[in-house]
Formats: sequence, C-alpha cells, structure tokens
Amino acid sequence: MQTTLSENKKEISHAIEQAKKQRDISISEFFTKNRHLLGFDNPLKAISTTIKEGVDNALDAAEDANILPDVIVEVKQTTPERYLVTIEDNGPGIVKEQIPNIFGRLLYGSKFHKLSQTRGQQGIGISAAGLYGQLTTGKPVKIISKIGKNDPAHYYELHLDTTKNESEIAKKEIIEWDKDHGTKISIEMEGKYQRGKRSVSEYMKYTAVSNPHARLTLIEPDGTRIDYPRGTTDLPIKPKEIKPHPDGIELGILINMLKATKAKTLQSFLTTEFSRIGAGTAKKICELAKLYTNSRPSRIAKDEADNLLKAIRGTKFIAPPTNCLSPIGNELLTKSLKKEFDADFYASVTRPAAVYRGNPFVVEAGIAYGGKLPGDSASEIIRFANRVPLQYQQSACSSIKSITDIKWRQYGLQQSGKNIPVGPVVIVVHIASVWVPFTSESKESIAHYPEIIKEIKLAVQECGRQLGKHVRKQKKVKDEAKKRSYLEKYVPIIGDALKELLDLQDPDVMLINENLKDQLERSRKI
Amino acid sequence: MSDVLTKITETATDVKSKINKKQKPEVKIPIRSLKNVNYDPKVGYFELKGAKKVRALTVNTIKSFAQTLKMMTLSKQVIEGNDMATKREAYYVSKNWGDARFKEQPESDAVMDDIEAMFMVNREQLGFVPEEKGGDIAGALTVIDKDTSTGKEIKIDCTKFGSGAYSIPSSVEQLKFETDAKFILAIETAGMFQRLVKHNYWRKENCILISMGGVPTRACRRFIRRLADDKKIPVYVFTDSDPYGFMSIYRTLKVGSGNAAHINKYFCVPQAKFLGVTPQDIIDYKLPTHPLKDVDKKKIKDVLKNDPFVREHKEWRKALELMQKMGQRAEQQALAAWGLNYVMNKYLPDKIKETKTFLP
Repeated sequence: MQTTLSENKKEISHAIEQAKKQRDISISEFFTKNRHLLGFDNPLKAISTTIKEGVDNALDAAEDANILPDVIVEVKQTTPERYLVTIEDNGPGIVKEQIPNIFGRLLYGSKFHKLSQTRGQQGIGISAAGLYGQLTTGKPVKIISKIGKNDPAHYYELHLDTTKNESEIAKKEIIEWDKDHGTKISIEMEGKYQRGKRSVSEYMKYTAVSNPHARLTLIEPDGTRIDYPRGTTDLPIKPKEIKPHPDGIELGILINMLKATKAKTLQSFLTTEFSRIGAGTAKKICELAKLYTNSRPSRIAKDEADNLLKAIRGTKFIAPPTNCLSPIGNELLTKSLKKEFDADFYASVTRPAAVYRGNPFVVEAGIAYGGKLPGDSASEIIRFANRVPLQYQQSACSSIKSITDIKWRQYGLQQSGKNIPVGPVVIVVHIASVWVPFTSESKESIAHYPEIIKEIKLAVQECGRQLGKHVRKQKKVKDEAKKRSYLEKYVPIIGDALKELLDLQDPDVMLINENLKDQLERSRKI
Repeated sequence: MSDVLTKITETATDVKSKINKKQKPEVKIPIRSLKNVNYDPKVGYFELKGAKKVRALTVNTIKSFAQTLKMMTLSKQVIEGNDMATKREAYYVSKNWGDARFKEQPESDAVMDDIEAMFMVNREQLGFVPEEKGGDIAGALTVIDKDTSTGKEIKIDCTKFGSGAYSIPSSVEQLKFETDAKFILAIETAGMFQRLVKHNYWRKENCILISMGGVPTRACRRFIRRLADDKKIPVYVFTDSDPYGFMSIYRTLKVGSGNAAHINKYFCVPQAKFLGVTPQDIIDYKLPTHPLKDVDKKKIKDVLKNDPFVREHKEWRKALELMQKMGQRAEQQALAAWGLNYVMNKYLPDKIKETKTFLP
C-alpha cells in the first residue's frame, strides 16, 4: 500500500507531490503487479497471450484497410527459458509517429471509446506483451512497419517506461523490407512452448475457423511449419460503429458522457450520443426527468443525472440496430469446419440478432461429427467472441451453461447428467457483439446473461437437430448392414439344421436358404 | 420312433414348409411362470394354463432360431445313438456351429429349456442330463439298477453305506425298488442327514432318509416320486422353519415350480407332507430363533398374495401368517439347543406319532 497522506500532513507540498506520483504510476505499474489480469500469469500462457494479441491486431488492421489478411507467427527458442515471438502481417502498416505510442503505451488505442464489433476491446494487449517481455528479459520490443510500396520501412526498438506510461525509443532506423506494406513485431520473453490443449497451434487452428478469409502460418520452435489456408477471398462485412443504446446505460457512464459530449443542449445530447432516441423521445425523457431540453449537458448535476437515468429507464426504445454486427455466416462456418476438422458431418447456424442490456449481439453455432474425431472423450468445445478463440475458463462461460443444459441424447450423443456430451464431436459457439460481456479482464469467458444463454442454446440445438437426423440415418444404414451380415451368417445354419433333421438333399437345402433369405429381406423393408 | 423324435420331425417339417411357402416359420413355447399355472389339490401339482409365447423367425430372432434347430439336431443324434449329453457337453458341441455357437452355458441351457417346454418333455427325454447331484439316500431301501456295459441287474442295499450314502443318479427312470420302509424322510440340510445316518435313525423307525441339500433337483424329485408311487409309502419333509424351506424346498418338491411348469407332472411328489419345523413348532418346542430377514418378509407377503398353492391351503396361510406375526425363523439344527440327539429321541418320534400336526 502507498503511504497515507496523514503521515505527511505537515508538508502539504510534499503530499501534493506524492499524490501526483500516485496518479502517474497508475496504469503501467498497476499491470506490472497484476499481470495475471492480462493473461501473463504463467510462462505457457505468456506466449499464447502475446500471439493472441498480435494476431487480433493484425487481423483487425488488415480488415479495416480492406486487405485479405496474411499473418505469419513464428516462435523461436533463444535460451532454455526464453523465446522470441514474432508476428508479421500484410496490413496497412503504422505511420512512424504512432509506432512508439501503439507499442509502447498501455491503454493507447482507438477501440476503447467506440461501440463496434472489434476483436480487441481495451487496447492493453500488445503493449502489455511488450511490457512482459521487457520485465522478464530486459529486451526491447522490435517493430518493423511499412505503409506503402513507395514508403520506407521503419525499424524501431522500444522500451516501456512503466512509471510514466511512455515509451523510450532505444533505436530507430530505416531498413530494407521486401513487403509492400505491413507490420512485424518481435518480443523476446520468458516462456514455455507446448503442443496439445490450449496450445498456440490450437489457437491458430481455431482462429482459422473463425476467420476463413485469413491465411495463417505458424512456425514452431522446432521448425515445423503449419499452414492454415484461406477458405474464402471475401472479406467479412465491415462492422459499423454505433452509439450506445439507452437500455444498457449506467449512471457512471451517463455522467461521463454528459461531461464529454460536444452537444450544447440536453436534447441534442440525447439524440446524438445514443442510438434510437429521436427528438420526440428526447423531449419526453427531459419532461419525465423534470429537466429543460436546452440545459447544458456539462451543467447537469449528479442528482439530475440520476433523474435523467430514471427517465431513460422508464421509457421504451426500439431495439438497437443490428447492422453493426458481422457474423461469420453459417455457410462459411461450415466451410471452415470442413477445412480444419476431418469429420463426416457438419452443420452451422447463424441466429438473428438479439439484444442484451441495449447491446445487439448475434450467436452462431457449428457442429462437426464423426470421421477422424476422437470418439470416447468429452466433445471439443470451441468458443469465439468476435471471432477470437477463448481458450481458458471454459467452465465459467455461458456457452457451457447452454450446451450442458441441452439434452444431447435426443441428438444421438452420450451424456451423463448435465455434462458436456461425449462423442466424436466438435461444437463451435460464436458470439458477435459491439460489447461482449466478459466475466473478467482476461476476456476468457462470457458472462451469464439470460438472453445470451438462450440464444446460444437455440443455435446449438438447431445444429443438434441436424446432427440427430444424421446420426439416426447413419445408425439405420449400419443396422441394415448388420442385418445383411446376420442373414449371411445364420440362414445357412438353419438350412444345415433342417437338412440334418429331415435328411434333405442339397438342392432342397439351397431352395430353403433362398426362400428364407428372400422372405426375410422382404419383411425387413416393412 | 420315439415320441420326442416324432415331435422334432414335425417341428422341422413345419418350419421347412413355411419357409418354402415364403411364410414366417414360428414356434410356440408355453410361458413358464407362476402366473401361468393352476393348482388343483386333486391333480396334485402346478399345471400350465394356456399362455404361450410365439417366437417367429425374423431377422432379429434368426440367431436363436438357428440355435434352437441346431440343438434339436443334437438331441436327434443323441437319441438315435442311444447316448446322452450333459448340459455342459451340449454347450461345447455348439462350438462347432460356427456363428451360431453359444458364448456361455446359460445361453445353451435356456435354449434347452425352450425345447423342453415346446415339446412338453423333460431334458432327459431329449437326451440331455444335468451335472447336478441328485441327492443322498440312506436307510431301508434296495435300489435295483443295471450295469451299463453288461445290462445285468445290480442290487444296491442302502443300509450298507455305513456313515456314507447312496447318490441318486441324474437319470432315475430305469431304477426299481425293494423296501418295507414305513415312510420316507426328506431332509433339507446335509448336516441333519449326517446326524440321523450316524445314529442309524432309519433302523429305529424303519424308514428311508433322503438328503435334498437345499432345493431338490429334478432327479431327486423324480426319484422320491417313483419310489413313493411304486411302494405306496408316505413322504415326510423336514426343513428349516423359514419361507425358503416352506416354499422353495417343500412346495417345489410337492407341486413343482412355475419355471418348470411344463414338466411338473413328472417332477412332483403330491403325496408329500410337511413334518416340520413348522412355525407352531417354534412355540411348542421353545426353539431359539433369528429375526426374519427382509427377503423373508417379502417372500411371505408375496406367496400369501400370489402363490396358487398357498392360496389353496388355509393351513399354510395360517402358518405363514403366524410366522409373519412372530417375525422370527428357526433352523432344523436349533433343536440341538435341547441336546444333540433331542431331534431323534424326542422331536421326530413326537411328530410322527401326531401326523395331524403336519402341514399339507
């Protein structure tokens, strides 16, 4: 804990000095001490979190510039405990002035302040990775960026000053880079590289499923190169930015918005800063809150803001627009599953948009079944939030709640009690929203909103129904084959027995066998 | 041609002609359970009512149908060759049947039971014999058997086994008897039998002692039946005083069982009477007791409600209700509480003098 002001009561100037310092240490040092919140709590997770943040940024940037993403991830071992993680993309690049800010400052970004469906939401990711690398190895973050064919490639080495939340440029130069445009970032860090569950390759595979338009490559420490080819050359529809919907607003946010707005009157504040509030509704709200429509938003006191919120809560609004969302689409999701999983049945569903607390969202689900999928363990469940795979805290996620609520036996899978079904199955759940409600800062599981649980359940059930049909059909085919082999086996034995019991000749026996087989095959069809 | 061979041929012919007419061949097997039996004391045993299950030859039943026919061919071979096969041997023979072979013996036993019921014969008539031991005999009886190789008669004197006993063979149809015994005493436990044999109780009372060793086997039941019919001697049964002794042992011996209802006619001893230990004996002889187990209580309730034999005899209903009320059971050996030989010096002589205390 920090020393309290009371100890320094006499020296007011000193106290002020300290108070200033206390604010300065805020972000960078806070995360130095709480790195688990960002997914850097163990060596294994550190590498995968770094890659995750880097790939998220690369995909977002490329899509934003209408470029089909090409992302190469390489992990190299430098010492027994250290790895060099490199993420290279073909995105638009970063103008050189911004490079130190984007990679060297925490909470610097453009995504935090707007409501639209993007991968990262808080802008702490990649710089936190750089910070982690610096803390564990002392090495700077290395960046190459190029914004056009005729522009030079800039090389930067950055140190993060954790007390000032600023970056120090350790080195900068112009270099040769055989790419038209793009960004390459390398971070050396303490870590551990493993294969299997929650590994980097699993993350890459899942990302390939949710981003069929992206081409991904992973080069592992032992030199193994894994390619995840593109499934489509169509870029996803760009998600639109929307204003917050009044249904989900909270007092703190409302007060901040009142302070930050450029609107001159309360009425224009309501109509410009929110979606689905027109002039008429704005007037009604003001009336309800007993406030003038032409009050200055920045002059609204806390009590008045409270009344305003009550008025908003007491008003009905049209559901928020849903064109701000960009789901994968059921056809592409199926295609992706076919690309990445060797199964013999696939189904996908994209639900219509729904709303939780004023935030529009879309749920998609997919199922792959049979083929070479392992059959005797719990199904593999792949969760996505805005196309980002969630690999940790599965049991806390609302998708698991939905999946385990479903009675899977009716779809031909084994399930004991309210557990994850068992069988050769992969279940995919994707939730796309302008604001995905995570249960914690590490963004690994989706909060239990009843609307979300319901939508996931409906989507997965629809896939389940299709799966059930397939499983039943398969069973029927299998039964037919079994019966056929049954007849082959036992008809001759009956002929044999009758031959012995009645002293028959071979032609008699053949006739019996033929007739019996014929009769049984006919009756079987009924 | 034997009766069984005719039946086998008839069944096979029927199956063949149905197949060639492209109809579903089927066999009818009587349902063997207590629900499908009648009891009339004048007839003396559980008789089958009409219910039958029909097993049609379909894709799903083809395996067991094939096995049933194959089992009939084995029966035919055995009868024609004047041979016999044990149940275990029949199971091993099936190993030559390719895909129709049995995995475990209970499967082949079940098919055998089906054929038995289908033809209303016993498995000995089909040429099959069980491995089970028939029971032990000691006392005033001479059994006349045949030497299996020479066919010469052999006389077996059951008084000459010392402290041992004569074993009832698995097939008893060929046996003849000589005796002047006054009664047959069928005993539940080997322990009690040993005691009575050791002290030559049979000589004192001029009787035949039979150890059933629990529920009497078919051979044992048939042996007692033939002996009692042949020589017109009464049969007294001596078991523990519990529902298992009354029902599973005594009732099965006297009137047969639900499961073997198709052959009860041969394997019952309608003239048998229950000597003891009755629930009333527990009181009269002040026997040490054990509390009834849950299964005992359940069994009493069940037979009072469902068993045609108990429903017919009010003496048994009273006895069972008395036991139900006491909540206690007693073993044969409990009589030893009054001295090791109390059973033959006091209990048995008392009971045999007062045959009206017997239960029907």
